[in-house]
Amino acid sequence: MIDLSKKDILIWLNSLNIGNQNIEKIISQVDDIRDIWYMTDSVINRFKNISSKNKETIIKNRNEDYLKKVLYILEEQNIEVVTIYDENYPKSLKNIYNKPLVLYIKGKILEEDEFAIAVVGSRKATSYGKWATEKFVKELVNLDITIVSGLATGIDSIAHKTALEYNGRTIAVLGNGLDIVYPNKNKELYKEIAKNGALITEYFCGVAPLPYNFPQRNRIISGLSLGVIIVEAKGKSGSLITAQHALEQGKEVFAVPGNINSIFSEGTNRLIKDGAKLIMDVEDIIEELYQLQDRLNRVKKENIDYSNLSELEISIVELIKEGPMHCDTIAMKTGMNIKEVNSILTILELKGIIKEIGGGIFALS
Amino acid sequence: MYSKIKTCVLHGLNGYIIEVETDLSKGIPVFNIVGLPDVSIKESKERVRTAIKNSGYEFPLSRIIVNLAPANLKKEGSQLDLAVAIGILKANGVIINSNEEMAFLGELSLDGKINHIDGALPMVISLRENNIKKCIVPYENREECAVIEDIEIIPVNSLKQVVDYLNGTECIMPYKCEKKPDFDEEEVFDVDFSDIKGQEGLKRALEVAAAGSHNILIIGPPGSGKTMAARRLPTILPKLTFEEAIEVTKIYSVAGLLNTNALIKSRPFRAPHHTSSQVSLIGGGRIPKPGEVSLAHNGVLFLDEIPEFKKSVLEVLRQPMEDGVVSISRANASHTYPCRFMLVASMNPCPCGYYGDPYHQCTCSQKSIEAYLGKLSSPLLDRIDIHIEVMPVDYKDLNKNVNIECSRDIRERVNKAREIQIRRYSKENIHCNSQLSPRDIKEYCKLTKNAELIMKEAFNKYRFSARTYNKILKVSRTIADLDGKEIISENHVLEAIRYRSLDKKYWG
Repeated sequence: MIDLSKKDILIWLNSLNIGNQNIEKIISQVDDIRDIWYMTDSVINRFKNISSKNKETIIKNRNEDYLKKVLYILEEQNIEVVTIYDENYPKSLKNIYNKPLVLYIKGKILEEDEFAIAVVGSRKATSYGKWATEKFVKELVNLDITIVSGLATGIDSIAHKTALEYNGRTIAVLGNGLDIVYPNKNKELYKEIAKNGALITEYFCGVAPLPYNFPQRNRIISGLSLGVIIVEAKGKSGSLITAQHALEQGKEVFAVPGNINSIFSEGTNRLIKDGAKLIMDVEDIIEELYQLQDRLNRVKKENIDYSNLSELEISIVELIKEGPMHCDTIAMKTGMNIKEVNSILTILELKGIIKEIGGGIFALS
Repeated sequence: MYSKIKTCVLHGLNGYIIEVETDLSKGIPVFNIVGLPDVSIKESKERVRTAIKNSGYEFPLSRIIVNLAPANLKKEGSQLDLAVAIGILKANGVIINSNEEMAFLGELSLDGKINHIDGALPMVISLRENNIKKCIVPYENREECAVIEDIEIIPVNSLKQVVDYLNGTECIMPYKCEKKPDFDEEEVFDVDFSDIKGQEGLKRALEVAAAGSHNILIIGPPGSGKTMAARRLPTILPKLTFEEAIEVTKIYSVAGLLNTNALIKSRPFRAPHHTSSQVSLIGGGRIPKPGEVSLAHNGVLFLDEIPEFKKSVLEVLRQPMEDGVVSISRANASHTYPCRFMLVASMNPCPCGYYGDPYHQCTCSQKSIEAYLGKLSSPLLDRIDIHIEVMPVDYKDLNKNVNIECSRDIRERVNKAREIQIRRYSKENIHCNSQLSPRDIKEYCKLTKNAELIMKEAFNKYRFSARTYNKILKVSRTIADLDGKEIISENHVLEAIRYRSLDKKYWG
């Protein structure tokens, strides 16, 4: 008989996929978690508030072969496991309700990831949502803040990608086992994140991305972060669940406002109405988070450098400052020919001052 | 009693001289046509017999054998009627004198009249190449045939007229065009670019596309004026050269689509509906006929709502777009038709159309948007030089009347740019910038120092592929030509980059 640690037993219980809260219930009914391994079947059957099906699963898989297989899979997949018994269990998760007892990790979680902010939003991003995500992620990364999100399509993917693009750290929290990439088109992104951040999940390998896993995973997203930014959300969006978790966990909730006639901003606008903080730039976020205040002072505020620009370029930048604008409108307002406007827009984009946000509309980057 | 007459059949766009041999001999009266005739020729027996009778001649009551030589070539087309009838009349001694090298084209009707035929122009061209000096053609085909020099076109109305002409009792003057086709003549359109309010960016992109014959993809929500602008594209297309006009007319003549019966002087604009099949687009049929891509030769193929086309239909466009010709093989024949067209495609950004629209809600899921965009494969996208995104115009702009250019001004600039290109590529086998090969690009797309720097910077910033890089150079070449500059400077490159920045957004 090998010597089993508390951690091993916890991993074993988790790999049975009987639910985080059920495991907690079981632990609360025993003096030492290791007892579960050695106690008789009849004692297990006397556990309170555990379904008979789950009890059966526990009894059936209570053997060394199964445990060995579990540990072998983790080793083979190069997955790091952190449990609540470990020193390096993320501090930010320690005090949340229904904290994940086991975390499977690909990549590395560093100490600096304590300063993380979640950026989430709907699966379908509008060009405005895309622009806003890029803007906030870029600014946060500049302050060395880790970006946490859920690797879903839309806002989540954009947040991860932008963080990586600006050499920042990013953590993706998954609703499935680490051996599955979901959605599959994020395969490359998955690898990149593993290199420059971490992929985290509480689910053992082989657990499929089932719909009810995602609301669960959202509590980890908010739990890992100091605050949650919701960029775009429809009336009934999963992102709102993340906001709910954040509130319960005592984290800050930030929402990006949108047009009141846009269904993609319905959720975020409602959050603002209900008391979430409306954010327009990164300062609005830092204002609420005293831990990060000193960082803002380190990075001096960026200003547009006019010295390199010609007069025509300045006049166009001034126009775009008023708000995102279509190239035709710029041509009309400046009275310039569209071909000149087009070439100036390109040069301004090359200089990194402006950015096309889609549909021929330009905004300050 | 034997006679020999010349006529012509078409295979694709090439005409082949056919000798119609007729022999009358004694025996039970029969009338046989041999030499691989198809159904329309076999049926001509009845037309010929009745037409001869109704023209007042006697149909010989003897054993009539008509041989179409060369006998191994399959022949089709009703234009052989006239030659068969003349052959019989000549063998019968009605026509006494016809030693001249002359070819006969025409379909007979029962009363002896001669009807219009398809493909007259390419046949006349092939006849001239075979040193035929004179050709009898239906009166209705006279205009299209007369553009060819060095061959006398004798327009005729009826069988009787032909007989009289051959016997010297009636004199028909060879038909000459009253005036040479005038390509400088201004065409009149009932639409104009000035109808489009706002959308300066789109108009400019179409101008560049027209000047260099670049393929263009227009993306925008419904009501943003994509189709409206594309429909007005013919008003700014550069004028056809004489050679191009002949090529186009030949194809239309073969397809039987020549409405005016004269040389086509404006660039074709074909807009097949999105339910079109592969065959209708590429060409085909038992005897392959030209499809939309060939009918758009030297002109524009406009595919409105391109993702609505069947994917398989779009993919067949790839090879013709690359090669400029399309070969269609069928059991009966294998024909090659030219198809150097400019592709103009329009599409919505998503199935419902409103993705990115500032005034409407898009109701599509991310998945359905991806599936929609996925209809356009990247090899196809790679062949499109200019991508432009449009947005609907504000009501404010609709009422504004600020310096809106009319098609005429734009067309003038386009024509100038095209002339520069034709002059520049006179030694090459190409007409315009879009046809430049990578090797040609090196030779003809010279950049200023500054422009090169910008290209380098843009290459790094946008992470263009090598193919995109070449496309930007080609488009810059056209923009420089519109500007009348021989060396491409930074402004030209900067503008050209704008037309590619979409690559990343949707398909990156």
